[in-house]
Amino acid sequence: MTDSHTNRGGWRWWHLLFVIQFVAVLWPPFYNSIEPRWIGIPFFYWYQMLWVIISAVVTAVIYLVTRD
Amino acid sequence: MQDVNWVALTIFVLLFGLITWLGFAAAHWRRGDLDLLHEWGLGGRRFGTIVTWFLVGGDVYTAYTFIAVPALAFGAGAVAFFAVPYTIVIYPFLFLVFPRLWNVCRKHGYITSGDFVRGRFGNRWLALAIAVTGIVATMPYIALQLVGIQVVVGALGISGTGIAADLPLIIAFAVLAAFTYSSGLRAPASIAIVKDILIYITAFAAIIVIPIELGGFGKIFAAVPTQKLLLAVPGPNTTGAYGSYATLALGSALALFLYPHSLTGILSASSSHAIRRNAAMLPGYSFMLGLLALFGFFAIAAGVGKLPEYAAGFKQFGNNFAVPALLLHSFPSWFVGVAFAAIGIGALVPAAIMSIAAANLYTRNIHREFINSNPTDRHESQIAKWVSLIVKVGALVFILFVPTEYAIQLQLLGGIWIIQTLPSVMLGVYTRWFNDWALLLGWACGIGTGTAMAIAVNLKSAYPLALGSWTFPGYIAVYTVILNLVIAAVLTPVFNALSARRAPVDQTAAADYLA
Repeated sequence: MTDSHTNRGGWRWWHLLFVIQFVAVLWPPFYNSIEPRWIGIPFFYWYQMLWVIISAVVTAVIYLVTRD
Repeated sequence: MQDVNWVALTIFVLLFGLITWLGFAAAHWRRGDLDLLHEWGLGGRRFGTIVTWFLVGGDVYTAYTFIAVPALAFGAGAVAFFAVPYTIVIYPFLFLVFPRLWNVCRKHGYITSGDFVRGRFGNRWLALAIAVTGIVATMPYIALQLVGIQVVVGALGISGTGIAADLPLIIAFAVLAAFTYSSGLRAPASIAIVKDILIYITAFAAIIVIPIELGGFGKIFAAVPTQKLLLAVPGPNTTGAYGSYATLALGSALALFLYPHSLTGILSASSSHAIRRNAAMLPGYSFMLGLLALFGFFAIAAGVGKLPEYAAGFKQFGNNFAVPALLLHSFPSWFVGVAFAAIGIGALVPAAIMSIAAANLYTRNIHREFINSNPTDRHESQIAKWVSLIVKVGALVFILFVPTEYAIQLQLLGGIWIIQTLPSVMLGVYTRWFNDWALLLGWACGIGTGTAMAIAVNLKSAYPLALGSWTFPGYIAVYTVILNLVIAAVLTPVFNALSARRAPVDQTAAADYLA
């Protein structure tokens, strides 16, 4: 991680965190099911909505730790 | 059609009056010399994090989206939810690629993606291809925004014959054209703030009130036919609905920020930090879009499709009438006025930005490059203002005289076309490795193959790609941009070896891409 400071504005290892949300939402077999429901909402729907929030938090974290 | 809803209509007209005033007053906001193209067409690159959030949000999550995504859920079910993964995976691209593009554009005064490609690869024909693709892909998009206005105007009970039927749309467009001409990008930026407040009020009121009226989410989802609730599980030797769902999300995400209007919104930000912060903040809209997609199911559960008072609306507008019917069914008239105004104004914001973006492209990459290479600043901004008018009139004529279906099909093709600019623009931000003519050929093959594939499947978005005994149904844009990339990569060393001339000069330096 030492070179992350010398590499201003370029590639950083933190950016690999973005891969998680790609895998989580672009692989439908993970979430194409009704159960478990949450307040009556099938898993398919609340899982993807939850990932909107997780991805926003992950992006915010990446922004904060990579900010110059 | 039902009777005119006077209370809702009054609120609707009042709110439209408010934003009309705002659109003209915006000329004085963060005042700049509107005779300069970057002031008129990019708001002087002076929008901070919050204004950029509203502007890009108003740009990406359009009125048509708010009508069409729930309509798809209403008609086809789970597949409509691809809008959620789509609006999740766009933000890593926004975070990584576009701050670099912002930096280089700021440094060199680039206003369009064509300007950047011209500077980076030194090939005006490649820049022309980028500009024409952008303009052609944007036109049907503007036309679709008008469909959003048409649906809510129809739902307010206004109907007529001949010219009277189209009058509300023509008035709305005259207003839009006038304030865009006079205030440039400042108009949609200021209106976007009002529009989004209305949209958020509508969405949150609906997500709380309607499930209570309908007896909870359990009952709502129980009313949806089971085969619509989930994606169909793929059969043997195919990736089936899974493949098309994922590629549709990914391809739409890759295409989104290549659209001229998205880029205009991004380039008008005041710093690359504002863009990065927005990558974390814009998912707020994605969440709302997910809620709105559920409105399609609310409409099924409320049974609006079977109520006689909405039969005429569904007959005229098809499933696009689902959300207006649901709102009419669930809310008092005054709130319907607010909600419909949100959708109507939500059409004007992106339509204004799209016409400005198309005008910037024409002015910089066609007019200045091929017609008059040395215009004065005033002349340049004047051309852009006129082109923004022509583009809007074109969209209006299209929607008045051509069936809506064609606009939808052209918009689908537009997505397949615009993604073909990815190697030059998004990869160009990282590398100058590609040969400019190889990029142009890759672009041409992508456009040609994509159009042919779309026609082969009767203008649907997914093509069943057969490889051996397996079938991979997937979004045509993804398949053809891969082909485009392969061709550009294979031809690059070939063209470099064949060509005795030195590669054209790259105006940009590595440091220009960093803050």
